[in-house]
Amino acid sequence: MSETAPADGTVASAARTDAPPAILLDRVNKWFGTLHVLRDVSLAVAPGERVVVCGPSGSGKSTMIRCINRLEKHQEGRIVVDGIELTDDLRALDAIRREVGMVFQSFNLFPHLTVLENCTLAPIWVRRMPRKEAEELAMELLTRVRIPEQAHKYPGQLSGGQQQRVAIARALCMRPKIMLFDEPTSALDPEMIKEVLDVMVELAETGMTMMVVTHEMGFARQVADRVVFMDRGEIVEVGTPAEIFNDPKTDRLKLFLSQILRGH
Amino acid sequence: MAPADTTTRVPLDGPVAGVPEAVARRPPVAAVGPIAWARANLFSSWISTAVTLLLAYLIARAAIAFAEWAVVNAIWQVPGNQTQACREVKGIGACWAVVTEKHRFILFGTYPYEEHWRPALVILIFVALYAVSAMRRFWRQELVLVWAGALTLIGILMWGGDSAPRLLPQPWEQLLALALLAGAGFAHVRGWINVAWPAAALVFALLAWAGPVLGLSYVPQERWGGLPITLILATFGLAFAFPLAILVALGRRSGLPAIKTLCVLYVELIRGVPLISLLFMASVMFPLFLPEGMNIDKLLRAQIAIILFAGAYLAEVVRGGLQALPRGQYEAADALGLTYWQKTGLIILPQALRLVIPPLVNTFIGFFKDTSLVLIIGIFDLLTAGKTAIVEPAWQGFGVEVYIFVGVIYFLFCFAMSKYSQNLEAELNRHRRR
Ligand SMILES: Nc1ncnc2c1ncn2[C@@H]1O[C@H](COP(=O)(O)OP(=O)(O)OP(=O)(O)O)[C@@H](O)[C@H]1O
Ligand SMILES: [Mg+2]
Repeated sequence: MSETAPADGTVASAARTDAPPAILLDRVNKWFGTLHVLRDVSLAVAPGERVVVCGPSGSGKSTMIRCINRLEKHQEGRIVVDGIELTDDLRALDAIRREVGMVFQSFNLFPHLTVLENCTLAPIWVRRMPRKEAEELAMELLTRVRIPEQAHKYPGQLSGGQQQRVAIARALCMRPKIMLFDEPTSALDPEMIKEVLDVMVELAETGMTMMVVTHEMGFARQVADRVVFMDRGEIVEVGTPAEIFNDPKTDRLKLFLSQILRGH
Repeated sequence: MAPADTTTRVPLDGPVAGVPEAVARRPPVAAVGPIAWARANLFSSWISTAVTLLLAYLIARAAIAFAEWAVVNAIWQVPGNQTQACREVKGIGACWAVVTEKHRFILFGTYPYEEHWRPALVILIFVALYAVSAMRRFWRQELVLVWAGALTLIGILMWGGDSAPRLLPQPWEQLLALALLAGAGFAHVRGWINVAWPAAALVFALLAWAGPVLGLSYVPQERWGGLPITLILATFGLAFAFPLAILVALGRRSGLPAIKTLCVLYVELIRGVPLISLLFMASVMFPLFLPEGMNIDKLLRAQIAIILFAGAYLAEVVRGGLQALPRGQYEAADALGLTYWQKTGLIILPQALRLVIPPLVNTFIGFFKDTSLVLIIGIFDLLTAGKTAIVEPAWQGFGVEVYIFVGVIYFLFCFAMSKYSQNLEAELNRHRRR
């Protein structure tokens, strides 16, 4: 957070491209039944790098991001997260899920637990943190997402934007090295989108490795080191926000950009 | 905005003119209160007025007739077995004398008369156990100890004598108990469990051997009867069936085909068979499969049949709750790195079970009453005891009174369950309120 954003409003990159990648996808293939949803997807994300993924509906963005913490299993290829390869080995899986936080489109907060309990649950049970310490950590992060006063309410009592910020705090409470976001603002009313994006921009400023599926072009321009464009299960183009948005190479990307620009 | 009806306005201390809109108003007078309710619901038109009056008349007549039979013309006591007085008022007055005379037999069956305090105490222990278990304050792991303690105590009171050989009939079972006790001690020494567990286990074990010291005479299981039997079958039936049902419901959704098939088979087989035939099998066929010389108590066999039967039904109820949860809840728990059992115990079950409280209680109440089917294998539960009480020639023909008495007892327990579940539901679903 101490890092100050450059004058043009973009967040300075903290990516260290020389280090081994935080996330490595190597010719990953996945099928749902006979539907080929990921086709030879290869991508390396450096520690501290912020990658935005975009593409038309059904192109496999969610599937790709969900493969990274194995909410979906890939069938071919290699996925290496933080130096650990994703296999059927359960211990490797536990280790990875501890390091990777995820934020969902539909928040998926636990409705029977208070906001504070939502945040302390995983630290207490997975990290074996003493309750008091977990609560202090949770309050610190709730303050960071600017809703400490809601700590003792239930998720159902909060607005969508507040719920999504709780979801971000909940994921951060595990002190993850990598954060995955799957369309975090798509379920929100326009006036709440900004409050969530602001939190995410701040998070990017801390140097967190982030992979974000979103169609928020403003956010991508401001925060992303690279933008990945997917279509029909393939990574079609990868480049800086300027390259992708101002200078699309493929027809598919041009079509997609014209569609979302028309939509906005 | 000046309301026409100024009488409904709340008097204000400050000047009214400045903030006319902000004035708090009472709801229109006519909308609240019993008179308004009756006017709106019972007398809103001439036809509803007519129906209301007609029904009121019929209900009043029925109530008066019942009161005349049950109270005014009723006979509460007769000397000895002289039921002549009762026979004279038959049809116009109730003969509660049969209940006065036979209530101890109905409640305790053929249990030795001078030892009736023991089953009576057992009933009180059950009620206390329900009360303790009902309070959320006590929903901790130590509650298991309370239940184990209650079970031991009930066994000791009912059997008396040296209860140990009957609580654990086989030598190998006694050895197993000793091994468990030693294991609990070891676990405590290693700091895995707190001292309450081995201590409680020791106390139970000592108690089980203490019957003769306490001076309780031995009462064989064949002589037990009445309400304690019903409570034993229902309480332990449901207490064991419920965890079984949760495991089966989880198993049915398991990714492991063997476990899944096993659970589906269990549910479908048990559900496809009437409870009566299961009880028959338990009492007649089951012993044939046991090794020579091994003999499981008849009550225990019926208890197992009831557990298996209730387990299958409850499993389906629980599964309904599991299915109602959105997939996102499972995914969020996975993404946080919770293990399967953490996810299940902390996220899934707490939500799924709350969702199915009404059908769960429905099944509970159903099984509480279904325990009366054990009469067909010769176990003497409350209903059977009631039936047997009027076999005696002097008291024949007074079934209605006895069945009302028995019915009231069943009703009290079932109604308490129902009421409690309503409160629990409201309390547990607080988070859904805005
Ligand atoms: N569990 C599943 N079973 C079968 N097919 C699925 C499943 N999940 C996704 N799919 C299919 O896989 C394809 C890719 O889905 P995915 O959710 O990854 O797309 P997406 O790019 O995230 O789209 P959106 O922008 O709509 O979220 C789609 O055709 C979808 O219908
Ligand atoms: Mg998606």
